[in-house]
Amino acid sequence: MDNQKRILMALAALLLIGVYFVPIWSIGMEAPQYPEGLGMNITVDNIVGKEKNDLNNINGLNHYIGMKEIQPDSIPELKIMPFIFGFLIISGLIIAFTGKRKWILYWLGLFVLLAVAGLVDFYIWGYDYGHNLNPDAPIKVPGMTYQPPLIGSKQLLNIDATSLPHIGFYLSLLSMSIAGLVWWKSKEDE
Amino acid sequence: MMIKLIKKSWLWSLAAIVLLGFISMGCSSNGEFGSSADAAEKVYVAPGEYDEFYGFFSGGYNGQLGVYGLPSGRHIFTIPVFSQAAVSGWGYSEETKPMFQTTDGFVPWGDAHHPELSQTNGETDGRWVFINENNTPRIARIGLDDFKTQEIIEIPNSAGNHASSFVTPNTEYVSAATRFSVPMDEEELQNMDVSIDSYKENFHGTLSFIKVSDEGAMSVDFQIRMPGFNYDLSHAGKGPSDGWSFFTSYNSEQAHTLLEINASKNDKDYIAAVNWRKAAEYAAEGRGKMIPGEHYRNYIDHEEGGVAKSELIEEVRVLDPRELEGLVYFLPTPKSPHGVDVDPSGRYIAAGGKLSTVIPVHSFAKIQQAIEDEDFEGEEMGIPVLNYNSILHGEVQNPGLGPLHTEFDGKGNAYTTAFISSEIVKWDLETLEVEDRIDVYYSPGHLMIPGGDSQKPDGKYLVALNKITKDRYLPTGPEMFHSAQLIDISGDKMELLLDFPTEGEPHYAQGIAAEKVMDNQKRFYEIADNAHPYVTQGEKEARVERDGNTVHVYMTTIRSHYAPDNIEGIKVGDEVYFHVTNLEQDWDVPHGFAVKGANNAELLIMPGETLTLKWEPKKAGVVPFYCTDFCSALHQEMSGYVRVSPADSDVEISYGTGQ
Repeated sequence: MDNQKRILMALAALLLIGVYFVPIWSIGMEAPQYPEGLGMNITVDNIVGKEKNDLNNINGLNHYIGMKEIQPDSIPELKIMPFIFGFLIISGLIIAFTGKRKWILYWLGLFVLLAVAGLVDFYIWGYDYGHNLNPDAPIKVPGMTYQPPLIGSKQLLNIDATSLPHIGFYLSLLSMSIAGLVWWKSKEDE
Repeated sequence: MMIKLIKKSWLWSLAAIVLLGFISMGCSSNGEFGSSADAAEKVYVAPGEYDEFYGFFSGGYNGQLGVYGLPSGRHIFTIPVFSQAAVSGWGYSEETKPMFQTTDGFVPWGDAHHPELSQTNGETDGRWVFINENNTPRIARIGLDDFKTQEIIEIPNSAGNHASSFVTPNTEYVSAATRFSVPMDEEELQNMDVSIDSYKENFHGTLSFIKVSDEGAMSVDFQIRMPGFNYDLSHAGKGPSDGWSFFTSYNSEQAHTLLEINASKNDKDYIAAVNWRKAAEYAAEGRGKMIPGEHYRNYIDHEEGGVAKSELIEEVRVLDPRELEGLVYFLPTPKSPHGVDVDPSGRYIAAGGKLSTVIPVHSFAKIQQAIEDEDFEGEEMGIPVLNYNSILHGEVQNPGLGPLHTEFDGKGNAYTTAFISSEIVKWDLETLEVEDRIDVYYSPGHLMIPGGDSQKPDGKYLVALNKITKDRYLPTGPEMFHSAQLIDISGDKMELLLDFPTEGEPHYAQGIAAEKVMDNQKRFYEIADNAHPYVTQGEKEARVERDGNTVHVYMTTIRSHYAPDNIEGIKVGDEVYFHVTNLEQDWDVPHGFAVKGANNAELLIMPGETLTLKWEPKKAGVVPFYCTDFCSALHQEMSGYVRVSPADSDVEISYGTGQ
């Protein structure tokens, strides 16, 4: 790997620092009574309302259908994720420093694996919130579950829920692409 | 006999003809109304869209302030001010009762007259709107961040606070004056037990200047002792006349009975020109003297817990024009003048000489010259009277009958209401020629152009505030809302666009571009900042505490339940205080609280707010309470019970939700 490619690999790793500052995923909710919208952003270590009180208000609405409260403190993945990204950044920098091409592939493989695991985990949480409902809920619609879509929009009673990747996710994709490009281009170096 | 009958029937037909004539006159009452499609387009605000202007219309004898959108004329809110409002518990809740405190005790009603927006550099700034109370002299300040009355100050040594609440160009002062002079002793201006027919000897008036701090806090800085005339309306000078205020007066005859005849005799009464900047200097130097002047200042601040406080102020400074030179000059003005309006340039002062056949317009430059030249034609109680002909800019001829009030469009035109001839007359400020006139329905009092009494009018619309409604709407029995008319003044010819009903009697109104106000709106109060002494920060803190015969219920609301919602251990004869905290932190989710047997009102609690209702149960049994504002799909379930036991029972206090 020449210097230019090393720098690019380092850039791929350093890009992930951005993940600590911007949301990775976002769920927006629209309803007739909420023309201004409600929503929450998933960050590397938290779930926060798009507006200050959105999470409380979403929990307030969810209690009618018996959905558990979304409490970021009780979600262990949010405690682990900062370390996962920390590991990816540091290991990526080491690869850039040492210039071992083969390691890029392992790094990429691990990254993709972790990303898929994250999405699967997100799906499982969504499934749990949407299906595991309090039997004493005031509003019970036979056959109705409230799992938000993994990606895309879904009408859940009066609420149109839209789940989409946020900037943090795209930064990760960009980081992967750069690393992949470095791996591909450094083939002739060997 | 036969001839008599014929004569009778002939007379009847004559009466019928006369009657028909009246009816047909009544029907042809849309003279200047052009094409209805054109007018409809100009006032149409599509669903979900906003009006261009906020209009703040005095509620008159309902004591409140109405908020309307313009040009649609939609009534969008009523701000409770001087009258108790059961709709939200204003003046009934423990938090708001002190706002009604006066030296006459708790006064539950007021007669609101003239709203006036705060100004910066002579332009409306959207911070506050002030409004005066005529009957128990007071001025209120309403915050335009939450559309709530934040302060009410009583005016001492006054009666009939009509010439109020007009602001100076940087809201340094809000003015007040006595419409009804009252006996005042020579030394301390205290009301006296004297015969009413000693009017000329004993009765006096005062002009008051209320200082407004940067935060809005009001204080009576000084009062000026005046002859016993009736001080009617006011406006502050601006631009070159900044530093001066003008007050009309009538009854310079000093009549005390049958004023309609006895106060209409003199050809001219006066406008009092007050050099308030000089007066403020005198006051700051400690000139004049402090006299007894008990008055209350009541204020409510949501950042300090939202509990109104009443402050008794015991003294007030009075300045005497007989002793302090250059304080006040009288401008002779025909005839029982009502409105006094200063044009946007600050050079001209138009008077509504309501019994006059002309509109006199004074020139500020000429007034200054006459003062310099001591061009006086006499004096009244030591106040120099300037020479009418020396100060006159000119007179508007044929302005209509009964001219009352004038506003300006900022393009060199003035618009004056003519009460008796029921029209609005447009005239040129320089040439004083009448340019246009339009009929209004019926008998306009004030008129309003957004910013029309400031240095920067938005000369697009004019609202006529009419005193007589009669046939303008579907009839509602003998009593009906007053009527307003929206007129397009953007072109050379005035064009009638819209009729809309207004609540109470909107004497005066103010208008302001929507964007100056709408961006500063609070959507709710921050619960974390709630500093109320009886706040309940979360359901876990909800509780009931007994202290002798007094019971405090610390209650919370959130969609769709109360905590606690079952309360036992209350006894007949207890004084129960429900301190209800609305835990919601979402826009437009108030909760209500009503309990059977309450002798006051409901509470309507905004998100993040705490309000308290006092309840004294008189009968044993179980009594429900419930949410009055349809808050959610399970609003009907938002209710609870209080068990009331006989006074001598030993049921312990207990409470809970969902157990």
